[in-house]
Amino acid sequence: MARTAVSGRLAWRVARLAEFRDETPTARTLVFDLPGWPGHLAGQHVDVRLTAADGYRAQRSYSLAAPADGDRIELTVQRVADGEVSEHLTGPYAIGDPVEIRGPVGGWFVWRPADLEPVLLVAGGSGIVPLMAMVRAHRAAGVRTPFKLIYSLRTPAELYYAEELRTPVAGLDVTYVYTREQPEGRDEIPRRINVATLNTAAWPAEFGATCFICGPTGFVETVADILVALGHDPHRIRTERFGPSRD
Amino acid sequence: MGVVTPGFQGRARSGNPRLPPGQYLAEDFPVLSAGPTPRVRTETWEFTVTTETGEKHAWSWSELTALPSEKFTVDIHCVTQWSKLDTRWRGVPVDTLVGGLDTAADYVMAHSYGGYTTNLPLADLLDGQAWIVYEYGGKPLTPEHGGPARLLVPHLYFWKSAKWVRGLELKTRDEPGFWENVGYHDYGDPWREQRYQGD
Repeated sequence: MARTAVSGRLAWRVARLAEFRDETPTARTLVFDLPGWPGHLAGQHVDVRLTAADGYRAQRSYSLAAPADGDRIELTVQRVADGEVSEHLTGPYAIGDPVEIRGPVGGWFVWRPADLEPVLLVAGGSGIVPLMAMVRAHRAAGVRTPFKLIYSLRTPAELYYAEELRTPVAGLDVTYVYTREQPEGRDEIPRRINVATLNTAAWPAEFGATCFICGPTGFVETVADILVALGHDPHRIRTERFGPSRD
Repeated sequence: MGVVTPGFQGRARSGNPRLPPGQYLAEDFPVLSAGPTPRVRTETWEFTVTTETGEKHAWSWSELTALPSEKFTVDIHCVTQWSKLDTRWRGVPVDTLVGGLDTAADYVMAHSYGGYTTNLPLADLLDGQAWIVYEYGGKPLTPEHGGPARLLVPHLYFWKSAKWVRGLELKTRDEPGFWENVGYHDYGDPWREQRYQGD
């Protein structure tokens, strides 16, 4: 194939780990130096390729966790049991080590600062990652577009970006839903997101919000179905799913 | 060979000849779609084939499921890198729905309930290569996986196998569908790793 005809977006670039932060015991944010990065939109993802010494390669897609910052990009990787790539990236992978990255990919599950509609973000677990990129892009752009984030997670220990989300930001309203264990001092029974949650914490349907839902399949199905039932326009509901189906 | 990541070994090499490059085996059946799952009632379901001259052929649910069907087992490959082997389906070959038509079209746009579209060459849907399927693993196809019926084109990446299919539009010109419009490959051959435009 004529590689000269390939756009920059498709070229594999060598990225090196510049720094990392552990978000939880099983999730790590990786900051890469990636010379020549063309920039990206909040919500897009990249393909990451690892090559072993014998030439074996494995490739996975990861959501970008932050807006573009010159030649630096951030991914947050959740370690999955027996995850060929994620176990390496959240474990032995060290400062200065190379991987190959190409992208950005995806032009549907994205938010642009020029978009004026209110935004509803609904995250299930590690589904927070591309939505956090939108939260950060919103803050960086300093626009007045109102954002609501509903973040569902099992226990307080699984909260990503805890400190950053604790800091109040004008125009961003965050609601947490804990499904197994509440933080200390919070006097509610753990429960899954339901009609009442969305009726209370989401925008009313007539506001015409753009809704982004990211999480495990069952979670996304439930939230999308409820939003449609509450009158949200299905064409304004964008979803990104991971994991197996319920059946 | 690409740049080596120190210490990375990867899994035991399967060497499975049925696995296209860059794919890994999935035991479960992941769900991917761009928006809410449409819930389409079979009472009101309709499937249409429209030729390039606007001639329309329509089948109700009972009409489609009364057509001779095939049960078959195929491997499927998703652009997000998972492949699933030996998936069992039942459906009507696209040949049965399109084969008798008088058409000069070379392309097809598949349309779905919910608004999804994807484009394919007509030749890729004929000669027993594609079906309108309504059973998976011996059971009715669930809404999450595209039920009541989806297009199934197992030799292309799975985004071409439009869920909740409602019609095929025959066209003389190729035009990009939903994912193709946002950077995915026009054709999508997993064996050539045609993931994105330019691959």
